[in-house]
Amino acid sequence: MTTLERNPATTGVRRPGNGSDPGPGPDRGHRHAYWAVVDCWNITRRTLTHYQRQPAAILWQLGFPILSLLLYGYVFGSAMMVPGGGDYREFLMPGMFAMTMAMGFMNTAVAVVTDASKGVVDRFRSMPMVPSAFASGRGAADLVVSAAELTILAVTALLIGWRADGGLMGALGAFGLLLLLRFSLIWVGVWLGLLVPTPEAAGGLYAVAFPLTMISSTFVSPSLMPDWLGFVAAWNPISSTATATRELFGNPVAGGGTWVEEHAVLMAVVWPLVITLVFLPLAVRRFQRLSR
Amino acid sequence: MSASAYAVLAEGVVKRYKGRKEKGGGKRALDGFDLAVRPGTVHGLLGPNGAGKTTAVRVLATLLRYDAGRAEVAGIDVAREPRRVRSRIGLTGQYAAVDEGLTGRQNLEMFGRLFHLGNRRARQRAGELLDRFDLTEAADKAAKEYSGGMRRRLDLASSMILQPDVLFLDEPTTGLDPRGRGEVWEAVRALVAGGTTVLLTTQYLDEADRLASHITVIDRGRAIADDTPDALKNRVGGDRIEVVAADPGDLEAVAWAVDRVAGGGLVVTDTPARRVHAQVADRVAALTEVARSLQGDGIAVEDIGLRRPSLDDVFLRLTGHGTTENHDAPEVAA
Ligand SMILES: Nc1ncnc2c1ncn2[C@@H]1O[C@H](COP(=O)(O)OP(=O)(O)OP(=O)(O)O)[C@@H](O)[C@H]1O
Ligand SMILES: [Mg+2]
Repeated sequence: MTTLERNPATTGVRRPGNGSDPGPGPDRGHRHAYWAVVDCWNITRRTLTHYQRQPAAILWQLGFPILSLLLYGYVFGSAMMVPGGGDYREFLMPGMFAMTMAMGFMNTAVAVVTDASKGVVDRFRSMPMVPSAFASGRGAADLVVSAAELTILAVTALLIGWRADGGLMGALGAFGLLLLLRFSLIWVGVWLGLLVPTPEAAGGLYAVAFPLTMISSTFVSPSLMPDWLGFVAAWNPISSTATATRELFGNPVAGGGTWVEEHAVLMAVVWPLVITLVFLPLAVRRFQRLSR
Repeated sequence: MSASAYAVLAEGVVKRYKGRKEKGGGKRALDGFDLAVRPGTVHGLLGPNGAGKTTAVRVLATLLRYDAGRAEVAGIDVAREPRRVRSRIGLTGQYAAVDEGLTGRQNLEMFGRLFHLGNRRARQRAGELLDRFDLTEAADKAAKEYSGGMRRRLDLASSMILQPDVLFLDEPTTGLDPRGRGEVWEAVRALVAGGTTVLLTTQYLDEADRLASHITVIDRGRAIADDTPDALKNRVGGDRIEVVAADPGDLEAVAWAVDRVAGGGLVVTDTPARRVHAQVADRVAALTEVARSLQGDGIAVEDIGLRRPSLDDVFLRLTGHGTTENHDAPEVAA
């Protein structure tokens, strides 16, 4: 029994279940699952409201890929050679898509560190919501936003002459692989977001992200790079996704014939799974460490 | 579940921050901390910077795990059932925790939904709180355009969504102007009238004096005093009676009059200020008695009154260091 008696008339809002219900708890599995979904949706909705209030934020995030697209597609494009033949712009587009998904972890990281440094994470943690919803809701929103980004990029690409000849199933598969890469990087973003101290410091992550996307098959085929660099680039997870989507879209692949390039579709599934297996637990651990 | 007479109870709580030594890791931020807060009261937690106030609040609000001891909130064990505790508490941390990308209204609705109120009730509750905290006009502006005071009020409103059993307020009025401060106090009083228990940390001793019926002084992670504000002040020395004579020639007669109520205590005569003062046991009786006898002897006084030791005196005495921040505490009519 609790000694905290109170007059219900003075209580404007009573907590759900009126105190006898401890809310979601590990002991009540299906109720927990129910709230995990509801809370996740509410966090998702919150992030989407951010974008709804500032739709320009999406274009801002797409600034770099669209600029690269125009720069490489038109300025350098004519000088670029695709090994094995084919149009450079056709080669470039899927690389651009993959790069945009890969860079997305930055958006996740910045959003998470902003919440953490502003005390919003603490507020969530002091509330009876399901703790995992903070990350799952974030991730779900990021996937929705990424799908929107891909749509905008694909339309832009179509406008400047890119074509996907791989058929509908191929295109769907390609977009699926792109979102799978983005999904795996959510956890990298959450982990980094809880690791760095301030949003400003998160800006410094570009210094890491940029070379990682450049040393891949995004812009040039690894077979054109010096041996050691080409090897690193070929094994870069971004390359696997880029190459796999090129295959599925029916665009020039320009593979160097190495094993990892020959099995791009397989690797475009394996890499994200590996990344998730490594970084999801790291992110969870980081979140739990907040209470130490 | 054991019945508890306290809304908040801490017994010998120890908290050692993990992490590297040079970052303060390994040090005991709470070192056998005790606290007992009665239901339906405002309890002040006072202490100098780094005393462990925020740590204590974060431990009790389930944000930090503790290493030893026992803690209960609303009769629920904090370590064993943190989630049940969370459905009973509200927390306003030292820094305003609002989502700057959302409007004030969207903030409150989002938090309401995360408190599992459901869409309709969350919306309704947001409206009520915006009204109560005078934010209705700015309700649909982004929180990032809010002033510090508005942000604080929104933050506070977010922690009151569920009309919590126990509300933790960590320096809720730091950085507010007198008006904002008054609004916060009013909201706290209204909540307490509705049955909520408030644990309040503050740097402003006048704030604790005005709001709290009980005060715990914490220093180096330990409670070093725990009493009502009045009893704490008495501990430093009770009330003093002070008489300022109109004519310096009357000082001796005034001293005699005061001596009669001082109960053998020291009577201090401050000649240049024409002032006589002494500690008294029964303040009202002493004042009446001195006034009557001075009047009977026809001695004119410029001023007569009682001075109570301030919490500042208490603080200084107990911790050996004062609060540096409190002298800029604005005067606010309660
Ligand atoms: N995250 C942390 N890691 C390591 N040490 C910490 C951490 N947070 C606080 N400390 C240390 O614990 C002690 C108590 O800090 P706390 O923030 O609880 O004090 P406080 O009474 O709230 O101070 P203030 O009046 O400045 O808000 C301090 O010595 C502080 O340096
Ligand atoms: Mg503090």
